[in-house]
Amino acid sequence: MLHVSASPHIRDNATTQRIMLHVIIALMPTIIASGFIFGYRAPLLFVISAAACAGFEALSRIAMKREQTVGDLSSIVTGLLLAASLPVETPIWIVLIGAFMAVVFVKQMFGGLGSNFANPAVTARIILSVSFAGPLSKFSALPRFAATVTPGIAFKQVATSGADLVSSATPLGVLNNVTPETQVPSTMDLFLGKHPGCIGEVCILALLIGGVYLLITGIIDIWAPLAYIGSTVAFVAQLGQDPVVHLLSGALVLAAFFMVTDYVTTPATIVGKITFGVGAGILTGLLRIFSAMPEGVSYAILLMNILTPHIERWTAPITLGARKKTRKHQS
Amino acid sequence: MKLKLRWLGLSQAIHPAGNKHTANQSIVPLTGFKEVSIPLDMQVGPGCKPTVSKGDHVNIGDKIGEPLGPWSVPVHASISGKVTKIEKQILSDGEKAEYVTIESDGKNTVSETLEPPVITDKESFLKAVRDAGLVGLGGAAFPTHVKLNPPPNKTVDTLIVNAAECEPYITTDHRIALDYADDVIYGALITAHWCGIDTVIIGTEDNKPDAARSLEEAAKRAKKGECNVYWPKNGITVKMLPTSYPTGAEKVLICLLMNRVVPEGGLPADVGVIVQNITTLCVLAQSLKTGMPLVKKAITLDGGAVKEPGNYEVPIGAPICDVIECAGGTVSEPAKIIMGGPMMGVAVDDIARPILKNNNAILIFDEKEAKLPKESACISCGRCLRACPMRLQPMKLDKAARAINPNELEELHVMNCIECGSCTYVCPAKRYLVQNIRNGKAYVRAEAQAAKENAKKGDSN
Ligand code: SF4
Ligand code: SF4
Repeated sequence: MLHVSASPHIRDNATTQRIMLHVIIALMPTIIASGFIFGYRAPLLFVISAAACAGFEALSRIAMKREQTVGDLSSIVTGLLLAASLPVETPIWIVLIGAFMAVVFVKQMFGGLGSNFANPAVTARIILSVSFAGPLSKFSALPRFAATVTPGIAFKQVATSGADLVSSATPLGVLNNVTPETQVPSTMDLFLGKHPGCIGEVCILALLIGGVYLLITGIIDIWAPLAYIGSTVAFVAQLGQDPVVHLLSGALVLAAFFMVTDYVTTPATIVGKITFGVGAGILTGLLRIFSAMPEGVSYAILLMNILTPHIERWTAPITLGARKKTRKHQS
Repeated sequence: MKLKLRWLGLSQAIHPAGNKHTANQSIVPLTGFKEVSIPLDMQVGPGCKPTVSKGDHVNIGDKIGEPLGPWSVPVHASISGKVTKIEKQILSDGEKAEYVTIESDGKNTVSETLEPPVITDKESFLKAVRDAGLVGLGGAAFPTHVKLNPPPNKTVDTLIVNAAECEPYITTDHRIALDYADDVIYGALITAHWCGIDTVIIGTEDNKPDAARSLEEAAKRAKKGECNVYWPKNGITVKMLPTSYPTGAEKVLICLLMNRVVPEGGLPADVGVIVQNITTLCVLAQSLKTGMPLVKKAITLDGGAVKEPGNYEVPIGAPICDVIECAGGTVSEPAKIIMGGPMMGVAVDDIARPILKNNNAILIFDEKEAKLPKESACISCGRCLRACPMRLQPMKLDKAARAINPNELEELHVMNCIECGSCTYVCPAKRYLVQNIRNGKAYVRAEAQAAKENAKKGDSN
């Protein structure tokens, strides 16, 4: 029996699974760094969250009697990104709820991978932050680098961020509420992650390693991260805030490489990516400076996710030799 | 360079493995075929009606099919022997066509009536091209005499010789450039002469610098007057393009070489260009010199199941199974047989299918190569979009085609797709994009047809 199929008869070796695997590898430095900074509990949260997401994915596919897709590893990526945006003391039951929200509500109810309009991890983080503001804004002092961190920052953070929801990263809280006893960590400490914050957000060095890995392997291109970081930094600098602190703290870098570059929920064209990045950057700056919460990354991304179909329409590529429509189709 | 392009997400092409295993193998003629069955429809446009009947004796080069319309080109006998069957069969692409089956007398007698055509003007040149039974041998099978004769309102200033051969595996054009460069140059010059073209550009890829050198040298010889034909005003230039797919697609090639963009739905002549495949020109030159029409075709035989991959010259109409046998057989059970390259070729359902005029390769895949991955959900990664040489949005076309939405398809310019397959090749979700886009084109055509008929009805009322 001869196989008969339409051309082409060969395929590139890229698969969805392989792409997701690259993203997981790119997150490894961050996971390892979180262990050094926060202790064993941080990597544990990553593992629990990833396992929960994979489990919920598998179960929901079974429940919906649809083809099993857990093998594409996308739910693991979602799980890791969700954990990345939680504080180290997050109770495990909250992590499980977040995983459930991300995979079942945001992803599977819309038809699974590729059909979700919003980033599951980002959306779940927002849902959690609205529902569990208390437990999620507790940033305790770091166990290992306790000496290098002014406890005042951490506690000030908790004290001043009653309205702060989940994603508060401490130095930003400080920037918004400068009082004599608060103090921003040094630039180096910010870069290495030696300050309180969410477990996957603090170590910029690790995130950069992951980002460069994704660029080299061709999983992402530079446009969206560049536009996002560039516009955020430029925007806050314009308003007189310290751009370096904004750049190195909060979820900015994590989001730039892992969320603003999400395939499903961001535009596919280069112009679209730049538009998305700039839009999200300005929103982040606005929310960080003018809203009650010190961090605006998740909301900015969610808003831009919603706008993505429109951005795609505005920035659709023009086909080679395109003719202006002269005859409109009548039917 | 490649790395940088990847960072920026800019490359509008793909780089499949070349697999040009046979590039070092000269074209070897295969003989000893017991039977050939020649379809009378091997071209774009209507085919031929038989001029022979059962029991007739034919020699190589005798006409067996008479053109049905102004676009049709004649079909000739490729072996000598007796006509045993004339019947309708289904072609590999699903169309019905008449076949003439010739049983070999083992003598390979060449027809005595063949003689070089006398050419005095453009008209007699085009007639000679047509009588040679020429169609685009790069794979398109577009009748050459039609291509060389664009509507009078279009001025053509450039002849592009397509020697890019960007499809993986295939190396026949490469071999032609190495072994028959003089014929190629002669064909190009004489075409330029009678079509009044001043510039000839040969486009090839930088994975075959030897081909470029060979053609350049042949051009130099021609300029010195050795081949005794007209020299175009702006001469012949050989240009090397970076190796990528689909460099050899007509519209892409014109854009890369000359920075001219063929308008949507238009022809190369709209931007003053005629593109001819290098092998077409070579056969054209040979046929003008000898009068022998197109009856044999050089093909690359390759793929995991083939014992002795190589380049072979086979009579048109020879059954694929006999060609394989003649060329040394297989090492494993053939699992998939592709006529043409792996990107745009057609998978045939029957190993006894005949070689066609526009075949440039027969690939015999083994079970492993034939296995295609399963489709999964689109993850909107944009790889297809970045791969598309026509800058279309394959994932959106795919969606609209699956939803059978002709209006949306038309808005997305579905008709501008050249079916190169790049989008399907790169898709990590392994979606059958081109297949659906092809269906999409059919929906748009059907819709246009229906609209036309409605309009007609409206007029008559
Ligand atoms: S097959 Fe069509 S849509 Fe796909 S890459 Fe080629 S031209 Fe673009
Ligand atoms: S390459 Fe495949 S998965 Fe990526 S956008 Fe295109 S169709 Fe979707």
